[in-house]
Amino acid sequence: MSGIGGKVAGVLSALKVRTGKALALLQGDGQADRVVPPTGFTANLTLFTAGAMAFLAVFALALSLATGRVASRWSEELARSATLRISAPMEQREAQAAKALEVLESTPGVASARRLSDDEQRDLLAPWLGVDLPMEDLPVPVLIEVVEGEGLDVAGLKARLAGEVPGAVYDDHSRWREPLIRAASRLRLLGWVALGLIAASTAAMITLAAGSALAANARVIATLRLVGATDTYIARAFVRRFTQRALLGAAVGTSLAMLALALLPRAETTGGFLTGLGFTGAGWLLPLIVPMLAAITAFWATRASAFRTLRQVT
Amino acid sequence: MGRGWRVIELENVAYSYGGGELLSDISLRLAPGSFHFLTGPSGAGKTTFLKLCYLELAPTSGRVQLFDKPATGFSRNEVARARRRIGVVHQDCHFLDHLPLAENIALPLTVAGRNVAEEKGNIEELLRWVGLEKHTDALPPSLSGGERQRAALARAVVMSPDIVLADEPTGNVDWEMGQRLLQLLVELNKMGKTIVIATHDLNLIRTAKSKVAARVLRIAKRRLQLAGADL
Repeated sequence: MSGIGGKVAGVLSALKVRTGKALALLQGDGQADRVVPPTGFTANLTLFTAGAMAFLAVFALALSLATGRVASRWSEELARSATLRISAPMEQREAQAAKALEVLESTPGVASARRLSDDEQRDLLAPWLGVDLPMEDLPVPVLIEVVEGEGLDVAGLKARLAGEVPGAVYDDHSRWREPLIRAASRLRLLGWVALGLIAASTAAMITLAAGSALAANARVIATLRLVGATDTYIARAFVRRFTQRALLGAAVGTSLAMLALALLPRAETTGGFLTGLGFTGAGWLLPLIVPMLAAITAFWATRASAFRTLRQVT
Repeated sequence: MGRGWRVIELENVAYSYGGGELLSDISLRLAPGSFHFLTGPSGAGKTTFLKLCYLELAPTSGRVQLFDKPATGFSRNEVARARRRIGVVHQDCHFLDHLPLAENIALPLTVAGRNVAEEKGNIEELLRWVGLEKHTDALPPSLSGGERQRAALARAVVMSPDIVLADEPTGNVDWEMGQRLLQLLVELNKMGKTIVIATHDLNLIRTAKSKVAARVLRIAKRRLQLAGADL
């Protein structure tokens, strides 16, 4: 017990030290920060770019999550249902429908089978053919909604239906479900790729900005080295700056993007794909990691850049 | 200061720039508390010699030892730490132009992580010592050449280093101020610091010799020689 307790205490104190360091980095060390001259213009550019990148990142994140949600909803709803369509001459319709229901009810794995009433079928056709449809005069096929349960042998069921109900066509929706789900998961992949590109561009942009700041301060760096500053001390002055700027810029960009998503008009009834863009519930916490990631990216990009520059100074 | 060790030791040191050899076969041991002048014609390599001593340049061949440790294998952090024990007055004094003078003088303390606020009294005294107490808040570019040189000396000694290397510290100041700077260096030497002054001002050397047991090193024809006792 004491061993585990000791370990936990160790981990906690290590975490405390790390958090302390991170906080110290953010708060800054007034004295150390002053050794690098302030730069107005490039600082604003870094802020702006970090903000713009964070804005885009939040949208890419929302896109990925929304397509993921849509894909899983479609596959879940559609996977569990199928439709049996019976196209037969008018005089055989009723007989075949009754036979089909009999077959379905006696098949293990079919949770339920229900014939759609004339009214329901009229409703389904109304958007295309108008409301005053004389259903009884039209050779409208009989539709049976099948809800699949566990252990349904679809191939066996199709074979039985083919033998006993010649006019029946069993449609488990896979023909149009699969391409939709494929498209959705491809879209989600694209969202993640966009996020990756945004992170890489942020790193590249901060490397460039830090590189130009380091080059502009070459004399300052040389002077600091001559009076005994370590590389870490000099690098930290730059790293702290760019980390703070990236964090602040990204925080503003993230807030604006979240606001924009929250204000997107909703059209829940049609369940449209685009209007589903956004976060749900605890998902709203997810974009908050964007500023953190921007700060971490800035930290490492500036650090690498600073140490590269410092190696050229004695 | 009867310590047996050498603060700076050069052994068969040579240095060449792209073209040819500037310094060759230089061997020298500087004992703690010694006072040396370094003379020689311009371009003979006085500044290069000092740069070898504070590790801005690495010798092309030979060995440099600082505080009894071979400096050739120093890591970058060891170089930084060694420089905190060496105060350097550069010929072209580099300052951080965006910081007021007092902060520039405190810079070695700042980068060493010392609490500058605690040393405020010392820094004020140091500024008075070099006659710059009225310029505490001035930015370095607004100072004259002489003032910059005095400020550079103040910055060089703020860490109370073991060694002070000064490259033409009196080059830009009038006779009186030159004497004052020299007096400061002599006082530091009496406190046990090792002093090396590169200069071609023979009057300065003569004055110093009346105050302190100074030895004169001369760089000529790429070699370092111990000059005669009289000048």
